[in-house]
Amino acid sequence: MLEIALFTTLALVIGALALNVYRLTIGPDMPDRLLALDTMYINSIALIGLLGLWLNTKTYFESALLIAMLGFISTVAVCKYLLRGDIIE
Amino acid sequence: MTLYPLLEGVIAFLLVAGGAFIFIGSLGMAHLGDFYMRLHGPTKATTLGIGCMLVASMLYFWGTEGKPDIQEMLITLFLFITAPVSAHLLAKTGLHLRLKHMEKTEGSPVELRPEEVGEKPVPHPDRGHG
Repeated sequence: MLEIALFTTLALVIGALALNVYRLTIGPDMPDRLLALDTMYINSIALIGLLGLWLNTKTYFESALLIAMLGFISTVAVCKYLLRGDIIE
Repeated sequence: MTLYPLLEGVIAFLLVAGGAFIFIGSLGMAHLGDFYMRLHGPTKATTLGIGCMLVASMLYFWGTEGKPDIQEMLITLFLFITAPVSAHLLAKTGLHLRLKHMEKTEGSPVELRPEEVGEKPVPHPDRGHG
């Protein structure tokens, strides 16, 4: 049962990543692309968690934590750049 | 692998629910009409989905190894704190760049200061105010 659930979830997350790439490609404005990139960070964290479940190891959760932090910081930095034209004033 | 059947069912349900929430959030972002609608999908549904999935991962490793680990809860807590902040900044950026919204949208952000919607240029702090 766990394997069926794992592969169903894997298919759903990969479909979500494909939809994010679609929005990243056609996004009409800059914040749309930024939102798609932010969602791609979160979906890649989900993919890393599923990889850890599949390989039965906990090695990759540090990288998930790193991706979460860097994704948030880069989103805030690009938002500040779009808002003020400068990141650190 | 020694997992109780009930625990295995709970883990499978949480995994599939998390995947479904992530997919629905991304589908909303790809499908909806304007930027302010698209902001709703990833910031709510996807955050709940990744929370479900990481809790399922924590329960799985708790069941197989016998002791709980705080690392997945740490990632979940961090994402639950940072997702509203980045959503707020993205909405502010959309208002500042005056992105188009749909015709049916009612109301307007009256409480915003003029410089937040790009009415007049904000003085740079290095050159003094006014």
